[in-house]
Amino acid sequence: MKLDTSGLNSIVPFSGTDDGLEENIHLAVSSFQLPRTTDFDGFQKKAVEMVKPAKGTTTLAFIFKEGVIVSADSRASMGGYISSQSVKKIIEINPYMLGTMAGGAADCQFWHRNLGIKCRLHELANKRRISVTGASKLLANILYSYRGMGLSIGTMIAGWDETGPGLYYVDAEGGRLKGKRFSVGSGSPYAYGVLDSGYRYDMTIEEAAELARRAIYHATFRDGASGGVASVYYVGPDGWKKLSGDDVGELHYKYYPVVPSPVEQEMVEIPVS
Amino acid sequence: MESVFGLVGDGFAVVAADTSATSSILVHKTNEDKIMKLDSHKLLGASGEPGDRVQFTEYIQKNVHLYQFRNGIPLTTAAAANFTRGELATALRKNPYNVNLLMAGYDKGIGPSLYFIDYLATLHKVEKGAFGYGSFFCLSLMDRYYHSGMSLPEAIKLVDECIMEIRSRLIVAPPNFLIKIVDKDGAREYAWRESIKEA
Repeated sequence: MKLDTSGLNSIVPFSGTDDGLEENIHLAVSSFQLPRTTDFDGFQKKAVEMVKPAKGTTTLAFIFKEGVIVSADSRASMGGYISSQSVKKIIEINPYMLGTMAGGAADCQFWHRNLGIKCRLHELANKRRISVTGASKLLANILYSYRGMGLSIGTMIAGWDETGPGLYYVDAEGGRLKGKRFSVGSGSPYAYGVLDSGYRYDMTIEEAAELARRAIYHATFRDGASGGVASVYYVGPDGWKKLSGDDVGELHYKYYPVVPSPVEQEMVEIPVS
Repeated sequence: MESVFGLVGDGFAVVAADTSATSSILVHKTNEDKIMKLDSHKLLGASGEPGDRVQFTEYIQKNVHLYQFRNGIPLTTAAAANFTRGELATALRKNPYNVNLLMAGYDKGIGPSLYFIDYLATLHKVEKGAFGYGSFFCLSLMDRYYHSGMSLPEAIKLVDECIMEIRSRLIVAPPNFLIKIVDKDGAREYAWRESIKEA
């Protein structure tokens, strides 16, 4: 087989036919191809819109007797294209705090990492861990200062602090809500349906984890933009712990095993008389 | 959809607001307190974009506190309302806060008062006022049944009628409401009117 060495070749600079920008570009060094247009801004905008990253998601979190359960799917999509089935949407801010990711993947990842840094600095300066209330407000204030600038984030900050379990919903519009039960993302209405009907405050950890798993599974079943693996985390007095990560395809056959269906009508030879 | 309204009675002022936090078709929360206690004798009911609402009302609250720390005397309700209006007016030509406010307070020697402040920095001293979709229903109700010098039971009865009208006529009616009052003894929560409970 012939070795493909095309990647080593330098690309001949593109000479456009449109009048305008690219006519004057005669690069001595090799360059990537320039778009065949004079409207670079419009081209870039259209290109970004064509492959908008990680919009469809299902994430949920709730407080119960034993602590907080955080759960999410793992699909990343760019429009109709599934770009990954193994995304970590539950971000570990520190051993006692988790963040969830819905909206723009880069925005969420960057600002959660940023929040992680700020929380660690708070810990070093004050010799105690930051509260969930404080951390969520830190994030909400940053997002509020960037409001209207196109950030796309819908997140939940969940954790355990000196006051016990904590859960906040924070979004890019600057909203910040304290609550017992939240779900975020395109699959959230489906998840809420299962979550609300099955929620009790005095659940055991196993029951709570199963409820979260089921809610994510049912959301991935109905929401095309959610899927992959249903991860479940638990945050208790000793920090967070990952409880499970199940392929929702396998969960489907666990919840709805294939049963041989009775034959409704059998084809029989018609006797030729 | 959001409903904030209030009225002045004999020796007190009432502010009522829905307690829903929504985004598009989803109700995230049904027990969100939208009536902030500004200081011991002031209430600030707010409606508008959730981010703006929280940031702006907290900003006002902190400044009202700062004034009290610096000067040892609290702002009068009128002063606080004019300060708030000024902040909204300044912001209006930069990056506006999308918040509509009802400020209720009780001042010694002046009595109870209610101020209507919208996001365009309009300031009105009123005896009854309302914001949001609920305002269409409760404004007319209050116009019809309000009279000056209402007793507390009379005022609460009117507030309850407003809540029931919103619940029965508004297509996107919020389930729960919170009523707060302010009188000579201070600002406080008066009652919740809940048709669903948060588990």
